[in-house]
Amino acid sequence: MRAVDAIMECLKAEGVDVVFGYPGGANLPTYDAFYDAGIHHVLVRHEAGAGHAAEGYAKATGKVGVAFGTSGPGATNLVTPIMDAMMDSVPVVFFTGQVRTELLGTDGFQEADTIGITMPAVKHSFLITDPRELPRTIHEAFHIAGTGRPGPVVIDLPMDLSKADIPYEPVTDVHLPGYQPRTTGNAKQIRQAARALAASRRPVFYTGGGVISAGAHEELRELVRYGGFPITSTLMGLGAYPAPDPQWLGMLGMHGTRTANYSIDEADLVVVIGARFDDRVTGKLSEFAPRAKFVHIDVDPAEVSKNIPAHIPLVGDAKLVLPKLLEEYRALDADKARLDAWWQRIRTWQERHPLRYEPAEGTEIKPQSVVEAIYTVTGGEAIISSDVGQHQMWGAQYYHYPEPRRWINSGGLGTMGFGLPAAIGAQMGVPDRLNVVITGDGSIQMNIQELATIRQEGLPIKVVILNNGYLGMVRQWQELFWQERYSSVDMNTFGGEEAFPDFVKLADAYGIRGVRLTDSTSLEDDLRAAFEAEGPAFIDVRVTRDEKVYPMIAPGEPARNMVG
Amino acid sequence: MVDTNELLSLDDLHAAGSIRTGRKHVLSVLVENKPGVLTRVSGLFTRRGFNIDTLSVGPTDDERISRITLTLDGASQPIDQVTKQLHKLINVLKIKDLEPAETVARELALFKVSVDAQTRSEVRELAEVFRGKVVDIGKRSIIVEITGERSKIEAFEKLVRSYGLVEMIRTGEVAISRGREET
Ligand SMILES: Cc1ncc(C[n+]2csc(CCOP(=O)(O)OP(=O)(O)O)c2C)c(N)n1
Repeated sequence: MRAVDAIMECLKAEGVDVVFGYPGGANLPTYDAFYDAGIHHVLVRHEAGAGHAAEGYAKATGKVGVAFGTSGPGATNLVTPIMDAMMDSVPVVFFTGQVRTELLGTDGFQEADTIGITMPAVKHSFLITDPRELPRTIHEAFHIAGTGRPGPVVIDLPMDLSKADIPYEPVTDVHLPGYQPRTTGNAKQIRQAARALAASRRPVFYTGGGVISAGAHEELRELVRYGGFPITSTLMGLGAYPAPDPQWLGMLGMHGTRTANYSIDEADLVVVIGARFDDRVTGKLSEFAPRAKFVHIDVDPAEVSKNIPAHIPLVGDAKLVLPKLLEEYRALDADKARLDAWWQRIRTWQERHPLRYEPAEGTEIKPQSVVEAIYTVTGGEAIISSDVGQHQMWGAQYYHYPEPRRWINSGGLGTMGFGLPAAIGAQMGVPDRLNVVITGDGSIQMNIQELATIRQEGLPIKVVILNNGYLGMVRQWQELFWQERYSSVDMNTFGGEEAFPDFVKLADAYGIRGVRLTDSTSLEDDLRAAFEAEGPAFIDVRVTRDEKVYPMIAPGEPARNMVG
Repeated sequence: MVDTNELLSLDDLHAAGSIRTGRKHVLSVLVENKPGVLTRVSGLFTRRGFNIDTLSVGPTDDERISRITLTLDGASQPIDQVTKQLHKLINVLKIKDLEPAETVARELALFKVSVDAQTRSEVRELAEVFRGKVVDIGKRSIIVEITGERSKIEAFEKLVRSYGLVEMIRTGEVAISRGREET
């Protein structure tokens, strides 16, 4: 069997039915195998689109995403999604073509040292040197990508080897002596954590994307509800605990709620699960939760005590650790009333500092109100893919996520251009749920070519551009911290006849329905109409140009000094 | 922390990890003998801002496995982070942070010293005191091989500097644990 046909067999054995990619010289043999392999190959319009789509697929389904690119520029175009998947722990296997073995190292046509370039950005990578190893390597790659703390794996396959005739036998086991993710959690430390919880009077749960990767949301909910604990999460963790909910404090961090940030500031115990004390969450690190002790649960030992030393480190899979923690905590029969004073304090913050914005005057549309309208129109049931900028923060603040894997965004790397292709992956993975992209006039232009992919695949994705005519988030920082010296942030997408590109005409050129919304009084109805119409929609919403994301922890400041 | 059934007072919790130990560490790292492994290890150090004092790589008695011996300064970096990050590399099989008292560590150094007819014998005598070997003698220079712990090599270096040290080359330390147990 040709090595490339063995790839197809391995993909099927891994349960892969859809992949995202782009062909070229060095992976021609692979594409020949796709011709009749019975695997749905989504032809994107840029390899970055393939990578982000594979990420979106993985984030929406929990399965391993797969992306293909050719050698040289194909592979370098995949670097951003690879790094993005690394930062957000997304399980994706990237197949890159490579020049023939004899050309390796000679600066051959379309040669790039893909393994070298991607080394700091992968969980692991393989350069195939013996085609007979390919099947085993592919299964190892899926295993590494999808288990433990998930992440990207690159398989670089030289063209000549891909054509080799190899004996293929299904591989049923993988043997990786250097890779044994620890999962169960130390019983003694779990007991200590339970006791610390029972002794605490001002506890807060702070959870991250790791809870979602682990599929531990039910276990988390049970523990938090049983104990009556307040809970907040990072941008990446939204949906693990349902929002809205009486115990939900809103998001934590730079643009989180005051309640969440103040609670952490005054907490005596913070239980951190699948999160990593990112600087966008902690603000000034030395003043993060200054009164608190930390229980830190993570499947990656290197995260525990990396940025902040944990008092009770607990290395393990949250799905296995949390039920045991609940059991131990139950056994202690702690008095719930000890939290009454704490809840009172929290309720005061909630009343005093709800998320808010100045309502618009006249027909002007506030960007926050667009997200609220999307929430209303979709009944909170859509999968939202976001790009990066102010709109992303509003998408996190004003849409409430009742379940995990409904909020798909680029948190760690903050990659503009992520949203549209990610939604393609999400829609392919979860075909019967409404998929909405919340994007900005800047971000959407970074991978706008993927409108063609939507059209070609017939995907009913609704793209909502919060068009403020600016690189809004950068503009906000220039306004607040750089004396209003607005340097290279005006995108010319706003205004009358002069605005370009005309997003409605652009959508039209792709054969996609374009809509422009400029009137707040009919916003919700107009959105509903656009969402209810069949097929994709590209919706250019003209919003207040100089709106800022608030509240905000200014860079280098402690949480208690939040502004706005 | 004592393991009793009493409720834990929050003040009794101790933060662990990321502690500066303040001493030199020798890490013995077993890795799969696969292409690119050393690049992965050294790349990790660069990326995370860890500083290696010495690094040596060599085969083991199993041809599929190599041993990397690293020495690091535990005063300036969190050794636990270093080992945890190393552990995440798929090709890293085992890491041992060798206890100084339980470890035999050796390094080999070659010194090229400039000499004349008179100082030649002085340097030879010095080498003898250090149980070194003279491996090459020329008219104007002499090469001495010294094996031993780092401190011994550094002491020898100090002494021969006054004669004119033309060149010195060191292998970096290799280490093995004492007793029956495998390193
Ligand atoms: C690829 C990339 N380049 C630059 C940035 C820096 N950046 C962060 S937010 C932002 C502005 C985004 O503008 P837009 O998409 O219009 O969203 P808005 O903030 O206006 O909602 C920029 C340039 C980035 N995150 N990603």
